[in-house]
Amino acid sequence: MTALAEKTNPTEALISGRDGAVKGWSKAARTDALARLRTMGVPDRRDEYWKYTRPDTLTQAAAPEAAVFDSGEAPIFDAVDSLKLVFVDGVFDADASDDLALEGVTIERLATAQSDLHWARDLYGVLETNGQTPVARPLAALNTALATDGVLIHVTDKARKPVSLIYHHKSDASDAILHHCIKLDVGAELTVLESGPAAARLNMVTEVDVADHASFNHVRSQGRDHERRAATHLFARLGTESNFKSFTLTVNGVLTRNEAVIELTGDDAKAHVAGACVGDGEFHHDDTVFITHDAVNCESRQVFKKVLRNGAVGVFQGKILVKPDAQKTDGYQISQSLLLDEDSQFLAKPELEIYADDVICSHGSTSGAIDEDALFYLRARGISHGEATDLLTLSFLAEAVEEIEADGLKDVILERLTGWLARRRS
Amino acid sequence: MLSIKNLNVKLEDEDKQILKGVNLEVEAGKVHAIMGPNGSGKSTLSYVLSGKDGYEVTEGSATLEGDDLLDMEPEERAAAGLFLAFQYPVEIPGVGNMTFLRTAVNAQRKARGEEEMSAAEFLKVVRARAKELKIDADMLKRPVNMGFSGGEKKRNEILQMAMLEPKMCILDETDSGLDVDAMKLVAEGVNALRTEGRGFLVITHYQRLLDHIKPDVVHIMADGRIVKTGGPELALEVENNGYADILAEVA
Repeated sequence: MTALAEKTNPTEALISGRDGAVKGWSKAARTDALARLRTMGVPDRRDEYWKYTRPDTLTQAAAPEAAVFDSGEAPIFDAVDSLKLVFVDGVFDADASDDLALEGVTIERLATAQSDLHWARDLYGVLETNGQTPVARPLAALNTALATDGVLIHVTDKARKPVSLIYHHKSDASDAILHHCIKLDVGAELTVLESGPAAARLNMVTEVDVADHASFNHVRSQGRDHERRAATHLFARLGTESNFKSFTLTVNGVLTRNEAVIELTGDDAKAHVAGACVGDGEFHHDDTVFITHDAVNCESRQVFKKVLRNGAVGVFQGKILVKPDAQKTDGYQISQSLLLDEDSQFLAKPELEIYADDVICSHGSTSGAIDEDALFYLRARGISHGEATDLLTLSFLAEAVEEIEADGLKDVILERLTGWLARRRS
Repeated sequence: MLSIKNLNVKLEDEDKQILKGVNLEVEAGKVHAIMGPNGSGKSTLSYVLSGKDGYEVTEGSATLEGDDLLDMEPEERAAAGLFLAFQYPVEIPGVGNMTFLRTAVNAQRKARGEEEMSAAEFLKVVRARAKELKIDADMLKRPVNMGFSGGEKKRNEILQMAMLEPKMCILDETDSGLDVDAMKLVAEGVNALRTEGRGFLVITHYQRLLDHIKPDVVHIMADGRIVKTGGPELALEVENNGYADILAEVA
């Protein structure tokens, strides 16, 4: 490739100068991912899968700057008893983190992991590669090729407490590529918490392999930095009678694209993905979900709620694919937006593709304003217009927040959310 | 307490006059009832007084202890001491009844410059009041009015009234959708709140609610006006003869 071609080819421009640690145990996967990325090319505006979200700031060579926002708040899950792992601008901070020791769990840092982690070699880039069909996800391939840090978590038993990944954004120009692999053995259980803005621009891939009878819980809050950008991919494979739950809260950020690609491969498995987002002004939030039912009697739920105002934009692309043998599938998908003014926009593309005949699948998508009758009812009780709007906003988001399994975590999320809404009002 | 003078109201979006000169004085410590056929403007009166959108006051005034109600936002009217028990209480998913009640109580206290109620104190008071209205702990925990029966919704309205301790209570067809037992329970709740300093305006189609909440004064409303005022016996006259006779008499 000539220097000129590198400049004009956005894929090469993005790859150029990045040392993705293309060596050691992950070398084969990284080399393969780089080749796949070069074949696919980075997404552009003409790409059907990026019709509603402009990828250019996610794919340009240098990350657009994002001012660090000091909320003055403790990390959201600080009070939750958990094993805390801290990343600053996408780099693991050992001093700020707990020891990587938790009974029934082994944890290694991606950047320093030794070559004898066979399980990680069998997972790193594997679910990501699977997730490239039928829809290409070039940013995920880029991540596998060039990730600089992350954690490798192997769960052999029921973890006593959650693993909490805490991200800090300290440099206006940080450009982080994080890759996490999580493997749950048969019957194992783990909750992973994630909080904070990881960088000015974040590209994150998380691969989760949930074996038979295992259970994985995920609760994430993406941080309030207004100017941050993020493209995240969550790839999961579920075994027989396993459980997978993931909830994401997004408040602020100019651009966020959260993709979840989940494959139910064992009978009687359950996958729930949910998201609540509150956007104000220059805010673009995209939830893109692809759930494949490839086993009998599985259940999947997609619950996504967005509150938008002052020109904020919400996008939902959700698909349920039911393969021919996936009888007795129970699929549910709902995406809704609460538009607080006429400047805001919600774009939804719900899709069902069903090849089995004994299936229950429902989907719905709505956009609406605040319910005036409810607003009057609350105001007639003395609650101010602003506070009543906040209560109805929480009411609207409730179905998504309810998807959080643990009551304690649900309360933490609700408390912060309530505080953020109140602060915005004052 | 509540003073309404020559109140004329039309629909905002339509050229339709609903209230055509209502005059009414409700004194502290008294219960006034308004009866009238469908479409006479009873519910409109309650909405206009509490500040619902969609109505335009073309003439007249409404004051609460001398303060101009019509100039206030709905939440200001509430903080000033006005309470409307809704004919159709609204269901609000995802907001706990308890959260709603506490938010309302403290919002009003704050608006009046009073100290907010602590969580512990609130809990104590709400439990006691709920018990009197046979509202169980589960109903307090559930989202506002979600899955409540008609009777439960109305009892929940009275619980809100008991917690907010308003000066002037308007009950808009609180008896609608209630069986006899539920009506008795609601009426007991209202009667328990009757005090010297508090006024009541009870809007109803039927006389039977007034068997339980004994009014001091009964008004008959028709075609946007109060056409006749009398004592409790007026309600019985309606019960026995219907509205037609009275309307013919005043026509």
